[in-house]
Amino acid sequence: MGCICGQDKQSMQAYLQPLQQVLNRYAREERFLVPILQDAQEAYGYLPAEVMREIARSLNISFTKVYGVATFYSQFHLRPRGRNVIKVCTGTACHVRGGGEVLKAIQNVLGIEAGGTTPDLEFTLETVACIGACGLAPVIMINDDTHGRVNPENIKSILDGYRQPVHTEVAAG
Amino acid sequence: MRSAKELNELRAALAQQLAERKRAKPRIIIGMGTCGIAAGAREILKAVLREVENRRLDVEVCQTGCIGMCQYEPLLDVQLPGGPRVTYGSVAVKDVPRIIASHVMGGRVVEELAVAQMADGEPLVEGVPTYDELDFFGRQLRIALANCGRIDPESITEYIACGGYAACAKALTEMTPEEVISEVKKAGLRGRGGAGFPTGLKWELTSRTPSDKKYIVCNADEGDPGAFMDRSLLEGDPHRVIEGMIIGAYAIGADEGYIYVRAEYPLAIKRLEIALKQAREQGLLGENLFGSGFSFDLHIKKGAGAFVCGEETALMASIEGRRGMPRPKPPFPSVSGLWGKPTNINNVETFANVAEIIDRGAEWFAGIGTEGSKGTKVFALTGKIAHTGLVEVPMGMSLREVIYDIGGGLPAGAQLKAVQIGGPSGGCIPAELLDLPIDYESLREVGAMMGSGGMVVMDQNTCMVDVARFFLKFTQNESCGKCTPCREGTKRMLEILDRICSGDGKDGDLELLEELACHIRDTSLCQLGGSAPNPVLSTLQYFRDEYEAHIRDKRCPANVCAGTSAPYQINAAVCIGCGLCVRVCPAGAVSGERRQPHHIDAGSCLVCGACAAKCPVHAIAQGA
Ligand SMILES: Cc1cc2nc3c(=O)[nH]c(=O)nc-3n(C[C@H](O)[C@H](O)[C@H](O)COP(=O)(O)O)c2cc1C
Repeated sequence: MGCICGQDKQSMQAYLQPLQQVLNRYAREERFLVPILQDAQEAYGYLPAEVMREIARSLNISFTKVYGVATFYSQFHLRPRGRNVIKVCTGTACHVRGGGEVLKAIQNVLGIEAGGTTPDLEFTLETVACIGACGLAPVIMINDDTHGRVNPENIKSILDGYRQPVHTEVAAG
Repeated sequence: MRSAKELNELRAALAQQLAERKRAKPRIIIGMGTCGIAAGAREILKAVLREVENRRLDVEVCQTGCIGMCQYEPLLDVQLPGGPRVTYGSVAVKDVPRIIASHVMGGRVVEELAVAQMADGEPLVEGVPTYDELDFFGRQLRIALANCGRIDPESITEYIACGGYAACAKALTEMTPEEVISEVKKAGLRGRGGAGFPTGLKWELTSRTPSDKKYIVCNADEGDPGAFMDRSLLEGDPHRVIEGMIIGAYAIGADEGYIYVRAEYPLAIKRLEIALKQAREQGLLGENLFGSGFSFDLHIKKGAGAFVCGEETALMASIEGRRGMPRPKPPFPSVSGLWGKPTNINNVETFANVAEIIDRGAEWFAGIGTEGSKGTKVFALTGKIAHTGLVEVPMGMSLREVIYDIGGGLPAGAQLKAVQIGGPSGGCIPAELLDLPIDYESLREVGAMMGSGGMVVMDQNTCMVDVARFFLKFTQNESCGKCTPCREGTKRMLEILDRICSGDGKDGDLELLEELACHIRDTSLCQLGGSAPNPVLSTLQYFRDEYEAHIRDKRCPANVCAGTSAPYQINAAVCIGCGLCVRVCPAGAVSGERRQPHHIDAGSCLVCGACAAKCPVHAIAQGA
């Protein structure tokens, strides 16, 4: 989502519409801050400053508090992210079974470092401490799918399965 | 649920229904835990459904949780009316038509794919071992995991049919809260979340604090790398944890509870949501349970990605919507917890043991395990081991038994070097101590810790300095930054380890590491910092020579640390001249005639280790 500064009140209201729907699901209490941020991130893909400001206003807490919580937890992101989020497990079992090589291979295929997003916003690459599927190490997670026993050779075909198809097949309809 | 009698009647009816279902149709059951799905269980399920549709079969297709045999995933069970439940392992999509044609339609077990069979009260088939005959299962004792991989975790009827919620009914209708606490105390149950605090005592402390409102919390933040016991339990048998929480809530007088689950466990969250809904529908959560006048309800809280939130005071701060930072204790949560109210926090596995204790009595439970550690412990067995998986064993079993008898030892060619227990708060136990009994005290004595139950087996190719660095990097990254020893101290330790691993270690580094480690251990605010130095201290204790090789000889004995600057050398007596090293060397430093011993030019070697990793005969190592 692009820059929205300097826009008029009306378009701002429209921009915050999805957030209002999130806020309406909760009582305006501080204890719902984390779930509200989780839902807001779901709606916007990340947490834009304006969205956090509005959350602070509506819960009647300071913006610093919202910002503090949003930056404390690794789940929250203050910048736009890819349509697909890849999490490479760097847990102990994956570490001893070649998880590092897998990470390198993904970095090579996508041309980004861990923590980065591809320019076409297709993929964001992250590392995670442990996915908890150690029996199938090395493991990666793409969105909510867990892929076990991956290796540098089969990485590309796994990733390709998540790319937006360039041509929509006419015959399929 | 208005009374215990009503539950009994329901159970009888459900058990009969289930038996009739089993008698009426063949059942195909697919293991749908996260591990199974990661190994391709969804594709297997699709293939089964396709096959069933194409052949117009009248069968029941259902799912179950993780039975713990990760290395055989995906798993598929077939049970014919009047027959045993046969488990097929490492099933590929192409195997599905064969299994269905031969077993489901023809009644002939596909022996080469069958792993084991469960009698289930029916006569067995020939040629397939029973679960108890497998070393992996025969030596386990499954209490917390009893239902995992057997029942459908999304069906409360299966849980009730096999005795579920009976303990809850008994506690609420036949026992006073004091009696429940006394039973758990007598059983000797200790917390499975790491520290091993006696559960009954914790309940007693919370119950004695007078208050108009109390909370009970289940800690499912399982963030230790190498651990997945709690995930499997929640995915495989969520009602068991809920039942334990209801009994605990009754004992301490709480009317509201939270289950705090990592957001990285979407399937566990989904199954818990289903389970809570079903429990409410059956009146097992809500007002006036079993007509006892006791009311209780539960909420799920999703974590947001911070390891430190597993620490109980940080966890409560997180539930309250704040940054998850620990605070000093006392006051303990039993006195002042969530929103200042008395709160009791226990681990998933701790709660999973409660119902059985109430059901079968404290004496039975106390008869299992050792003097100070009662019952069983679930371990996630991973790393360089033949059978990776989830195992539950009586406390006091030796490490050797778990690794060799149950886990099948290491894969061919690998020699055991150390076992890492307890994740980032634990330590590395060397091969010499394999006969150590697994209990809280013994592990602590050798510098490790029960932790939550991760058990990672390491072989000769694992560098112990690198392992210590790995864990410290983790804790350093997860340090919340509130107290200085943990925030700054772990950073300084990590810098030293980085230096040692890249071949720039100096004399005095090890002493400095030890000094820092002791200060951090003794002065950190919470146990994240307090236990962060453990992996370093334990590897220094047992593998000091490896650290010294890095520092003095600039050599990594396991050939892992690429930065140690001594170039690689080829042992001419072993080299077979296959040329693989020539091909992988990025610097063109290797040369030699085919079938003749090769040579590495020390000046051009980048010390990346690619040649050593590729060498089929292990002829390449770093020079001294
Ligand atoms: C950094 C840190 C992380 C922790 N993570 C967990 C965890 O993931 N799960 C857990 O049950 N306990 C964890 N604990 C221990 C809890 O603070 C607490 O002792 C435990 O939940 C109590 O339950 P128990 O008595 O049933 O073991 C952690 C402690 C620390 C210091």
